[in-house]
This record gives sequence, structure tokens and C-alpha cells, in this order.
Amino acid sequence: MSFTIAHSVDEALAALAAGARPIAGGSDLVVSARHGKAALPADLVAIDRLDELKSVVATKEGVSIGALVTHHDIEMHPLLSTTCAGLADGSALVGSPSTRHVGTLGGNIMNSSPAMDTGAPLAVMRAEVELRSVRGSRRVPIEELWTGPGKTSAQPDELCVAVHIPAPAARSNSAYIRLEYRRAMEIAVVGAAAFVTLADDGTIAALRVGLTAVSPTIFTGDLVGQVGRSVADAAAAAAQMSMEQATPISDVRASDSYRRHTVGVMARRAVEAAARRAAGETIAIPVNRAIGIGAAS
Amino acid sequence: MSESFNLNVNGVNYPVNVDQGRNLLSVIRGEVGLTGTKEGCDDCECGACMVLLDGQPVNSCSYLAVQAQGRAITTIEGVMVGDEMHPLQRNILDEGGVQCGFCTPGMILSAHALLARNAAPTEEEVRIGLSGNLCRCTGYTKIVAAVQRTAVELRK
Repeated sequence: MSFTIAHSVDEALAALAAGARPIAGGSDLVVSARHGKAALPADLVAIDRLDELKSVVATKEGVSIGALVTHHDIEMHPLLSTTCAGLADGSALVGSPSTRHVGTLGGNIMNSSPAMDTGAPLAVMRAEVELRSVRGSRRVPIEELWTGPGKTSAQPDELCVAVHIPAPAARSNSAYIRLEYRRAMEIAVVGAAAFVTLADDGTIAALRVGLTAVSPTIFTGDLVGQVGRSVADAAAAAAQMSMEQATPISDVRASDSYRRHTVGVMARRAVEAAARRAAGETIAIPVNRAIGIGAAS
Repeated sequence: MSESFNLNVNGVNYPVNVDQGRNLLSVIRGEVGLTGTKEGCDDCECGACMVLLDGQPVNSCSYLAVQAQGRAITTIEGVMVGDEMHPLQRNILDEGGVQCGFCTPGMILSAHALLARNAAPTEEEVRIGLSGNLCRCTGYTKIVAAVQRTAVELRK
């Protein structure tokens, strides 16, 4: 049993190479340990003080988000909440103000929950995850990171240090919407993200949809057949595709048939909201509060 | 294995020696001896255990005590201004926002963090700011009113 506080990424990587597990906010790790779901790892290395992993850097290639950037940071970030609006939609729905202050982007994606709120928006934006270890560094397309509920393709000695989102084409944006039964401390019953690029005539130039909590990992699909069609037609096609591709479970929160139906509704609304943003309209973060589900009365 | 470290709670350093798996809530109540912070669900749902860590709200039931070393922890005992109640405390009483009182410390700390970064929140922003805190008595209306009244008072 050991607990160390890393003061540099190299110190953290050395601890991981020696068998320790990383802890940032601990909002997943500590809660599961207290539930008896997974014991707290014997050797922990605290990475929450690594300021080098807390920055958001925009370049011509896109934006790089440090693994320790919190949901609160993302929700409030002037660049992310406009150009990566779908990600901000997701972060703004996580837990409560305290969860969003403690919870990090790196923690959310490495926990690999099929219900994670940042996963579908990152996947539709073709994000890559940067994994680093004492052996070196590599980038993985985010969909190749998730291999099952709670499982990733990262090696035990690899630390997620950043998420890279490529710069989108002009007239592009994203949105993420989820079905929820209450407005705080909720986990997605189902959710959908859409990334839309509009042509000059307002038709679809590119469309990608990501689905939350309807398969063992985040599902993503390119709707190449919708290029040149209207937003309304593409939204309907996305709904149909989502209902067909979903393989949800039944549990205490929803039946499989209810999830299959509602994920189609979420997909349609996500495409509509992303298209409105791509056309230049501002829809407040999160879309859930602005249109429909969970909207303030 | 137990770890020895200092916890800075309300400006006072408390040396503690606890297992690395202990949560901050149990150390604040059991070792530091401040019992204003409450254990409700013990599952990061109800917000009764809310404390501030460097000014930000944190569910202390689901945060390792050992991770709080070197950070400034504020509990409800640290909210008073000298011998006077903080305006949030006075207003939540005046508005009738306290019934059983169990959620009150957490509510006040969430509100405290909200007002520190947003001096003029709308009703909707107050409700979002308090959305991690459950109250089973009041129906929230009077608590929200107390926070809004405090915001007005603090801006004067």
C-alpha cells in the first residue's frame, strides 16, 4: 500500500511503471471502492497537481485538452463551449457542480463507461487520445481506446495526458443530448452526439453520429449517404440508423426497447441542434437545458 | 497503510494519521472533530457532505483525505464571519430555508462557492449551483430565495 503525490508527469509515469494506479479527482475510483465494486488500488499516485495537464491549447491543427481539464473548465471555456459545443454539452451535464469541479476529461474517458457524457461528442469530432508511458508516447483514435465497459486498450503503465480534437471544416459544429430523469446527479439513460458540416446551400456535407449507453462502448457511425440531403431528412435518417444499430440492455433505469426508441429521438435532436450551430446559431450549453429534455419550464 | 499529513481546515492545520483509503468526510468528523459536515447518502448523490477545497465544492464522502493535504478546506464551521453569522446563514434562517437542518451545511457551502464566482446569479443559476444538494423538507424555494437575497445583500 502506498500513496504518492506526483510533481511531474515523469514522476507519475515512473510510479505507473512500478505498478501504481493514477488518481485525479477520484470521483469514479473512490465511489466504486466505497460500493465494493472495485477495491481501491493498493498503490496510488495522485496526478491532480500536474499543472502541465490542465491547459487547453488551440493550434491550426485543432485543440488539445489536457487530461486534467475538468468538466467545469470545459463547460466554461470560451473556445470549447463554442467550437466544440457538443463536448461542452456533455461536460455540463456531468453530476453536479462539485462533480464537475473534481471530475476530469481524462478520468471520464479512461473510466470507459458506456454512459460517459463526453465520449460520444469526442468520438464524432474524431478525437485522438494521447497516452504516455516511460516507454514513449502514442496517439489512439478515441474509438479504439474503448474496448468494453470499464476497459480500454491502454496498457497499465500508460497515462492519458491529453485529448486532441482536429480543427473542423468551416460551417461545422456538434451537439450532445441525453435522456435523463432528473436534472442533476444523473447518468445518461441514453444519449446522442452529432457532428454536422453544412454545405453552402444548407444541405449536409458531412454527418457523424455517436450514441451513449446503448452498446458496450460508445457507438459511432458516419452517415455518408446523407451528403447533399436536407438537415430534416438527415436527422430522420440518423434517428432510424440509431434505433437499428443500438443494442441496449434492460436495467432498473430503462428497458431495452425504451432505450432503442429514445436513442432515435436523441439522435434526431442532436443532428438538428448541431446543424443549427453549424449554421451560426448560438444554442446555450448544455443543449439539454435549451431545447426539450430537462429544459427549464 | 496509514499516512501522516496535515489537513488545513478553516485556516487551522490538523496533523492526522489515517489509512490512505479514508474519505475526507470521515477524517473531518472523526479525527479533526468538526461535525458540521454531514454524512447523508455516502455515495456522492446528496451533497450533505459538501466542503470547499481551495474554494471549490467537493463531496467529501467521495474524496480521499490524503488528497486534500496542502489544500485549503472550508467546512460550515469556517463560514462564520468572526462571531457573526455569514449572510447566507442568517438569510437561510430568516427565509425559513432550514427545517430539519441536515442539508443546510452542504447547501450553504455550495451557495458560498456559487456566489464567489457569480455575484449576481439568476434563479436558474442558483438552482444549478445547488443541484448537487438534496433537501427533503423545504421544497428548495426558500433556500433559493435565501441565496438570492444574500447575493443582493453582498453586492451592496
